[in-house]
Amino acid sequence: MNGVTNGQAAVAGDAGRLAGEPLLSVRGLTKHFPVRQGLRARGAVRAVDGLDFDVRPGETLGLVGESGCGKTTTGRMLVRLLEPTSGSIMFAGRDITHGGRRELRALRQDLQIIFQDPYASLNPRHTVGRIVAMPLQVNRITPPGGVKKRVQELLELVGLNPEHYNRYPHEFSGGQRQRIGIARALALKPKLIVADEPVSALDVSIQAQVINLLRDLQRDLDLAFVFIAHDLAVIRHFCHRVAVMYLGKIVEIGDRDTIYTRPQHPYTRALLSAIPDVTTLGPAGRIRLTGDVPTPLNPPSGCRFRTRCWKATDHCATEEPALTTRDDGGQLTACHYPESGPVGVPTGEPGSNERT
Amino acid sequence: MSDLSHPPPRTPAADATISVPEIQAGPEPAGRAAEFVGRSPNQLAWLRLKRDRTARASALTLLVAAVVALGAPLLGRLTGIDPTDKFVDRLNDFGMPIGYAGGISSDHWLGLEPGSGRDILMQLVYGLRTSLFIAFTSALLASCIGVAVGVLAGWARGWLDSLVNWLIDLTLAFPFLIFALAVIPILQDRFYSDREAPSPAFRVALIVATFGLFSWTYTARLVRGQVISLREREFVDAARAAGAGTAHILLRQLLPNIWAPILVTVSLMVPQFIAIEAALAFVNIGVTEPTPDLGRMIFNSIGYVASDPWYTLFPGLTIFLLVLAFNLLGDALRDSLDPRSTR
Ligand SMILES: Nc1ncnc2c1ncn2[C@@H]1O[C@H](COP(=O)(O)OP(=O)(O)O)[C@@H](O)[C@H]1O
Ligand code: SF4
Ligand SMILES: [Mg+2]
Repeated sequence: MNGVTNGQAAVAGDAGRLAGEPLLSVRGLTKHFPVRQGLRARGAVRAVDGLDFDVRPGETLGLVGESGCGKTTTGRMLVRLLEPTSGSIMFAGRDITHGGRRELRALRQDLQIIFQDPYASLNPRHTVGRIVAMPLQVNRITPPGGVKKRVQELLELVGLNPEHYNRYPHEFSGGQRQRIGIARALALKPKLIVADEPVSALDVSIQAQVINLLRDLQRDLDLAFVFIAHDLAVIRHFCHRVAVMYLGKIVEIGDRDTIYTRPQHPYTRALLSAIPDVTTLGPAGRIRLTGDVPTPLNPPSGCRFRTRCWKATDHCATEEPALTTRDDGGQLTACHYPESGPVGVPTGEPGSNERT
Repeated sequence: MSDLSHPPPRTPAADATISVPEIQAGPEPAGRAAEFVGRSPNQLAWLRLKRDRTARASALTLLVAAVVALGAPLLGRLTGIDPTDKFVDRLNDFGMPIGYAGGISSDHWLGLEPGSGRDILMQLVYGLRTSLFIAFTSALLASCIGVAVGVLAGWARGWLDSLVNWLIDLTLAFPFLIFALAVIPILQDRFYSDREAPSPAFRVALIVATFGLFSWTYTARLVRGQVISLREREFVDAARAAGAGTAHILLRQLLPNIWAPILVTVSLMVPQFIAIEAALAFVNIGVTEPTPDLGRMIFNSIGYVASDPWYTLFPGLTIFLLVLAFNLLGDALRDSLDPRSTR
């Protein structure tokens, strides 16, 4: 791989639209949920602990990690549904970290979210037309040709029958509901969409259709995406770049091909080996992670992955690995002993334990 | 490879429609939506309610009661009898109505009141009016207070929520009937001297206020719970992410989801108030003469229960049917709105 870190990436520009300022720029983003016992604060759930990443206009960033690693919390902070504990979020050159509702109104229209649960995310007592028109109504926007026409355009755009605007959510299947949620997110013509596991609640047979729809929309409307997923399979053909999260931190971030073919972090390798067809590429077989994810209430010292890492040493327990370029890799990796070589052959160097 | 940039240039693999082996495309079940014809959850509940025979019977009973109560003056004009008219000439020397079954005749379909000689049908019809008016007004008042307090507590959470919970517990701990017994005479003494009779409207207002002030707790708890559970739903987040303010979220997003259970509480509150209002009249702190009242009719009739049981029977039966019909309808309404069958 050619040495491209996410910091330098914009320089190597064969895609001209990527030049210039990032659309979204996140620095040190942190969310701690205080845990109370009675009235006294008793520690904090360190759900998200210092994330740095950029998203350029029209770019899709995949955010991947096991359940509970802080993906949803991150996504909700990006669209300002949650107040960050610290860090900063810059969007289109403006700091939106702590803005109030009024200040954010204009920016909010450029920044929308698609939710994971297609059942909970639609108001059961509203018609589809009302649901999709809600963002327009809330912002008092009357599109040319009227709200109804715009709603029907949006329904058509996401592959639904525009004549169904008068129906209620319970009359639709999960996949169709998710399309309604997508139409709602598109109503304000956003520049960036946070998609929080938009297909993981859907039947496998329908997942690909919704992903294809999102990819078509991304291209046609030149949308930027932060696409959250809990495995690397779903976002494989969707994302330009991938960030792998573990216990509230990014452990590896880089271009899609780099992450999928030459991942350096052991955790990324473990995630990759969970995709059925990837393991067939390599002779070493599947990496099965043992043990549970530690609680974010009291994360392990040093490298947070060390309790499940087969390469962990004492050094890993004492010093936290920084997220930097390692061994001329094309990505940033937070590991003292980065893997090398193509995927499927995890090298078992120091302290080789859990592996099958 | 030469993809120095991100995103990587569109490779053929990435350009092709995704056909990841583990995510296989298949047709979405399209038939399901076709079965339905754009019916809202409320419309579905309405359909279920219409199919319920008990609900239909009780609704019919209540409809008749409402029509009779509203049409009371018309009935009075038709028969030419006013509820205050006293037909003393139809009573015997002991004050008992002449004739069979409490003086039932073609002029007085349900007979006459012993003692006063008033027409029982007109008393009953106007009494129904009083009962229904008091019960509905009180239920409306209690629901308004309950919804306002419940929304406030559920939305604000924190210390305000604790305060409201404490207030609810306090209200529930208060013995309602004893309070009514104690406070209604006291308040009346404050506004009226011993000599003048309190105006009937004053008594009615006092009763409605007492009911309202003591019965909002159930609705408040219900609404608070609903708001707390609904505010975490993602459709509320979607509205917030679109820039919606509190008013939009409460009125447009949450309220449409909680008015159905509120309706159920109202329909179950009304019969309760009818019964309690009658009970108040029975202990002589209810509606005063000359306003006709079902409870007071029973109270008056007790003295004659051995000699003229019909006098007790008619108002008693009316209250019984009214309360039963309301309760059955309320239960049917709750069943039809059951969210488990909505989805
Ligand atoms: N409101 C909250 N209060 C306390 N802890 C929370 C809250 N929301 C999330 N968490 C915790 O934060 C961690 C990350 O959660 P989440 O962002 O939902 O993870 P993911 O979406 O990756 O599954 C979890 O341990 C979760 O229990
Ligand atoms: S730093 Fe150590 S424990 Fe952490 S991933 Fe690397 S080898 Fe494993
Ligand atoms: Mg999540």
